[in-house]
Amino acid sequence: MNTDTKIFCGCANKFGEAPNSLTCPVCLGLPGSLPVVNERALEYAVKVGLALNCTVNPFVKFDRKNYFYPDCPKAYQISQYDLPICRNGYVTIEETGGPKIIRINRAHLEEDAGKLIHDDAHNCSLVDYNRTGTPLMEIVSEPDIRSAQEAYDYLQTLKLTLKYLNVSDCDMEKGSLRCDANVSIRRKGDKKFGIKTEIKNMNSFKAVKAGLEHEIQRHRTVIALGQTITQETRLWDEARGVTVPMRSKEEAHDYRYFPEPDLVPFVLEESAIESIRRSLPELPAQKHQRLMDQYQLSDYDAGILVQDPDLAGFFEECTRHYKDTKKICNWIIGPLLKELNERKVAMAGIRLKPQDLTALMVKVDEAVLSNLAGKNVLQFIIDTGKSVDTIIEEKGLAQVSDDGTLEQLVREVITEHANIADQIRGGKESAIGFLVGQAMRKTRGKANPKKIGEIIKKALTP
Amino acid sequence: MISKNDVEYVAALARIHLQGDEVSRLTHDLEQILEYINKLNTLDVSKIEPTSHVLPLKNVHRADKVRPSLTQQEALKISVQQQDGFFKVPKVIE
Repeated sequence: MNTDTKIFCGCANKFGEAPNSLTCPVCLGLPGSLPVVNERALEYAVKVGLALNCTVNPFVKFDRKNYFYPDCPKAYQISQYDLPICRNGYVTIEETGGPKIIRINRAHLEEDAGKLIHDDAHNCSLVDYNRTGTPLMEIVSEPDIRSAQEAYDYLQTLKLTLKYLNVSDCDMEKGSLRCDANVSIRRKGDKKFGIKTEIKNMNSFKAVKAGLEHEIQRHRTVIALGQTITQETRLWDEARGVTVPMRSKEEAHDYRYFPEPDLVPFVLEESAIESIRRSLPELPAQKHQRLMDQYQLSDYDAGILVQDPDLAGFFEECTRHYKDTKKICNWIIGPLLKELNERKVAMAGIRLKPQDLTALMVKVDEAVLSNLAGKNVLQFIIDTGKSVDTIIEEKGLAQVSDDGTLEQLVREVITEHANIADQIRGGKESAIGFLVGQAMRKTRGKANPKKIGEIIKKALTP
Repeated sequence: MISKNDVEYVAALARIHLQGDEVSRLTHDLEQILEYINKLNTLDVSKIEPTSHVLPLKNVHRADKVRPSLTQQEALKISVQQQDGFFKVPKVIE
């Protein structure tokens, strides 16, 4: 979760700082220190629960999960065992056959462990406790997912919901979204699930899909050979594209949970839960539907816009300055998204005001800019933050529609591509496009392509 | 019934190394303790809320406000071994 501080102490909850520079006696588990719950972590957990259609348990208590491992300085993790803060929810995913419900069994609040780096050269492990005590929510789904694709879609939907709630940056590379998956297969018609394996170490959305596809196939092969699956935890080996059994201590699963004596329980008043419910933002599915209803966008277009709440917000702001909503959407999911993808940033990562885009669209409508030049201008606006007018003037990008200039240009193109010109004279009108392209190229997109086409046609056809 | 195996298993989980007659002695002790605690099972507690904490307190929390952390040097002072700002421990394999 992206709270400012850790769940049980005031250390900053930040990624990428110098190792062991964000610790205190509480998160280092020093004797005599006592945890105190971060109220925002609790609020975020309730938010997540409500957004995932869960029942929020008004009685919140924490439990100790005991294990020895160097990433856990107290030798126990404070977690929730029998009374998770959220229960019985669901997420709706969009599949080709229509919407599908994936039920959520529970979601509970706990503290993250430290980060271990294995140093083979020195035959040791190095521990960074900065992450220790980061508020973490574990969301457990019911076995409703039937394919790697559905698992992928479920995760994407979950991630988007969490992003809308602004409770986490959901960055898998930073480890702020992690996923373990249980896989089992059964014969068609069987009621009982087969023996399961748990897959860990899938560190990207792509890895989740690839890892699960591989594991499902491995189960098929083992069973087809008449052998049985061993219930175990396996690690996804990204480089080799296989899962391998994880070496672990046999008693690893006996955590001896008991109620955490250092934390008193919480009782959430119904009114407090309701006030959090009222504060929930519009969630992706609601926004999706509203964009379609309010702006007559297609299912596909609205679906793209909601992937980034800032992008959807940008679109809505644009509609206040420009009438044709479909056209705005086309500019956003076309040229604008291309610019974002090339820069590998989200909408929040660039400085582009809605009025910049709509002013640009007006210039294209007025034929001051060709479509192509418009796309270039968009790029310059994003790079420099300058206005459309300034860039057109500085770059000399205004579209050339003046007849004399264009006729001169066409004469040059015809001379340079005499054979093509001959083909057109011979009746092959489809080749006109090629010459238009050449003229556009010579002017770096500044010529008015419609007019160029007309002039070429006039010059070469009877 | 507590067996020697139970004691050895719990000792292993808690990283307690037992020697000599400690296992049999503790098996006996643990058996007695459980027997004593089991008296509670004779009481009817069906109408009593489980006690999750003995203090009559609830809703103790703090604002999400950053407080100074220890410096890296201060934190590492308690380490047995350190390397490049990290706590250094015997190699563990996942």
